Amino acid sequence: MTASGSARIGEYVTEHLTYLSNKPQTSLINFTVINYDTVFFSVLLAVLFAGSFYWVARRMASGTASAPRGFQSFVELVVEWVDGQVKDIFHGTNPLIAPLALTLFCWVFLFNFMDLLPVDLLPGIAHTIGLSHLKVVPSNDLNCVFGLSLPVFFLTLYYSIKVKGARGFLAELTLQPFTSKNVFVQALFVPINFLLESVTHLARPLSLALRLFGNMFAGEMIFVLLALLTLVHGYPMLGTLSGWGLAIMQLVLTFAWGVFHLLIITLQAFIFMVLTVVYLSMAHERH
Amino acid sequence: MHINLTLLVQMLAFAALVWFTMKFVWPMILGPMQERERRIAQGLAAADKGEEELRQARAGAEAILREARERAGVILDQAQHSANEIVEHARVAATQEGQRLLVAAQQQIELDAARAREQLRRQVGAIAVAAAAKLLEREIDPHAHAALLEEFAAQI
Repeated sequence: MTASGSARIGEYVTEHLTYLSNKPQTSLINFTVINYDTVFFSVLLAVLFAGSFYWVARRMASGTASAPRGFQSFVELVVEWVDGQVKDIFHGTNPLIAPLALTLFCWVFLFNFMDLLPVDLLPGIAHTIGLSHLKVVPSNDLNCVFGLSLPVFFLTLYYSIKVKGARGFLAELTLQPFTSKNVFVQALFVPINFLLESVTHLARPLSLALRLFGNMFAGEMIFVLLALLTLVHGYPMLGTLSGWGLAIMQLVLTFAWGVFHLLIITLQAFIFMVLTVVYLSMAHERH
Repeated sequence: MHINLTLLVQMLAFAALVWFTMKFVWPMILGPMQERERRIAQGLAAADKGEEELRQARAGAEAILREARERAGVILDQAQHSANEIVEHARVAATQEGQRLLVAAQQQIELDAARAREQLRRQVGAIAVAAAAKLLEREIDPHAHAALLEEFAAQI
């Protein structure tokens, strides 16, 4: 591989890791920068989800669709499945939990599904209409995944305090897992308990977000790397036998990874939903 | 990999989407589904109930038919019995009537015979008297010989 070839590889990978932003971001946190592509695709997918489900919901509520078929069957299947999952985990009455779970599952699944589009399809189109970069998988953006996990985290805090009271929640944070009948020893345990429980609570939004992000990032990176098999050689490679070999290899591997990734994106959406419900269920539990 | 304003926008979008789902999508899908489930359950229950009622009605009809058949049998038996009785009664009555008529006839016959015999006796007496008068050529005073004539008539 030539030096220019490796330079093109670096350029290509960097291309796929850069967002379409209003300006380049240099510091880790900068709230004057915004990623247009993440916002655009997540809102587009939100409209797709909400619009299609609302279309079915309105038909069902108006009573014009008596026997479910077609897309309505699919929507009912998803809703009933989510409802069953939530009822298995969450044993209380909170009208927010199930719709939240449905939203999370569908939205995250649609985010992840963008990963199955050919890696260069939408960015290529974007280039031709004059956009410098385009990242099409919203769950491949830390802002997006934390944009999901932080509200979930705030909700768990809110419901913890609402259900257990401020004192109850504080007691849960400081009086366990280490307990002692001796008051002085217990007082000694309080900071240790608080440290441990704080880590437990703070780790949740982090792990929730980073698990999804990591899976999607790795998934897209594999597609990018597979694309590199032929990209650096260009069309002249089709004149040689090894070139054809590489092209067929890319085709087969991309297909295989795509099939496997289909499983991953569904599983990640499911995990995100279930863990959210579990965390909210724990927030509702009294000790 | 940077955190920026996108995070806040995503959080707002998420909140809006959850609100929309909770307000318009979830209840409008799950509500009709539960309603439909309830109606299906009702329909199945009604069908079960109808079947049970049909079964009971069939059993009731069967019982009524059986009872009617039994009753008809009893009535037939009774009719047979009373017919026999009536015939028997009639026969007995007829026999008795016949007997009575027979007895009456016999009595009548006896009476008539006695009467005829009496009459005959009287006529024979008169004839005998007339014959004796002819033989004696003279009048016999029936009064004078009444006792004799009576004795004679009794002997005939």
